[in-house]
Amino acid sequence: MGLAKRIIPCLDVDNGRVVKGVQFVDIRDAGDPVEVAKRYNEQGADEITFLDITASSDDRETTVHMVEAIASQVFIPLTVGGGIRTCEDIRRMLNAGADKVGINTAAVFNPEFVREAAQRFGSQCIVVAIDAKKVSAEGETDKWEIFTHGGRKPTGLDAVEWAKKMVEYGAGEILLTSMDRDGTKNGFDLGVTRAISEAVHVPVIASGGVGNLDHLVDGVIEGKADAVLAASIFHFGEYSIQEAKQRMTDAGIEMRL
Amino acid sequence: MSEMKKSTVAVIDYGMGNLHSVAKALEHAADENTSIIVTSDPKVIDAADRVLLPGVGAIRDCIGEMHNAGLVPSIKKAMAEKPFLAICVGIQSLMSHSEENGGVDCLNHFQGNALFFGEKHTDHDGSKLKVPHMGWNQVKQTMAHPLWKDIPDNARFYFVHSFYVVPENKSEVAGTCDYGLEFCVAIARDNVFAVQFHPEKSHKDGLQLYKNFLHWDGKP
Repeated sequence: MGLAKRIIPCLDVDNGRVVKGVQFVDIRDAGDPVEVAKRYNEQGADEITFLDITASSDDRETTVHMVEAIASQVFIPLTVGGGIRTCEDIRRMLNAGADKVGINTAAVFNPEFVREAAQRFGSQCIVVAIDAKKVSAEGETDKWEIFTHGGRKPTGLDAVEWAKKMVEYGAGEILLTSMDRDGTKNGFDLGVTRAISEAVHVPVIASGGVGNLDHLVDGVIEGKADAVLAASIFHFGEYSIQEAKQRMTDAGIEMRL
Repeated sequence: MSEMKKSTVAVIDYGMGNLHSVAKALEHAADENTSIIVTSDPKVIDAADRVLLPGVGAIRDCIGEMHNAGLVPSIKKAMAEKPFLAICVGIQSLMSHSEENGGVDCLNHFQGNALFFGEKHTDHDGSKLKVPHMGWNQVKQTMAHPLWKDIPDNARFYFVHSFYVVPENKSEVAGTCDYGLEFCVAIARDNVFAVQFHPEKSHKDGLQLYKNFLHWDGKP
């Protein structure tokens, strides 16, 4: 008995549509975030995360309406990330029904924004998203650095130190994505996941690289993650959320079934 | 055919942010003869059939805003006479005192304090536990109560909090949870019920609790 580890499906949303395909199921639903969110909700997802990749800020209004529509029908926690740069952005998303917001690049360029946001809205709704890449060579002590712009631009910031600083500034949760692993289906970078999870007292969500259900198990058992996030393995129907939870339960992990 | 009188539920808005989820979940659980009103007007609260006190953010701001908005008399009046449900920081606000924000006196409806888990919180075996307590945990029902109707014992609810309440009168504890220690997550006396978790984020069992509240006559 105790707190369950969480499975969080992630939807990339562009101008109100899910862009990582879901064409396998029912073409009428494909790409509609409300329908996708409802399906994951029915499958037993513990939370849902939306990453807004809309290029133009004018189109953000679409995301606000989408969050409103989902929050009226899906009664599990919702996190919205992407393009969150000001307290006004946060206020709009929370008022629309988001429970948490993910702050990524804006935190790197202006760490004080995290402090301000946590003071104003409470740490419980501030998730700091960290994109990390391994920079140590084979044989050296492991070292990971924060990158921006989809993993293209190094910042010189040590990932573990950065995570600790963000928690000190008021982050209530860390969403850690390995840019080396993202999209590879080779599994999480367990080293950086464990290093950060052991260094901070807030929950850590592992992300980037999930290709099968054993990777989810590894993220929790070896990576010490409190939650695991995945996109494509669920979108393309390879696995359902239930199957993932069953595998994790079989591995001795406490889950909400 | 005469029109049936609508039952009203006041969701108290004291300026602490998002009440969208709470109102939407109540609407989802309600029938057509129930209207959900998000309000900061004491008169509306006084006239409502049921009252829900939500809570987010830090306790000092919560209690401060309740006082600033002139809502405390209406909250106390409601707790004295009609079905009343408090959630999350709402449960903490009903205690005598919270140690958050350097110590804050609360509404003292239930005697006892809200305590911090601590940043070095550990499980029974000594392993590290994360704070806030965030996610789905099992709620043990320690009292039979109309608000637990059709909710299985040990059902999981969604939590996010760093402080927990310790009521002095253990017979008022309606539910507990285990996170390094067993602590109170639901408290009940007469027509007042309060929970630490978020029913509006707890899927079908959470919606069932709201439904039970909407049908509750205020008797234990």
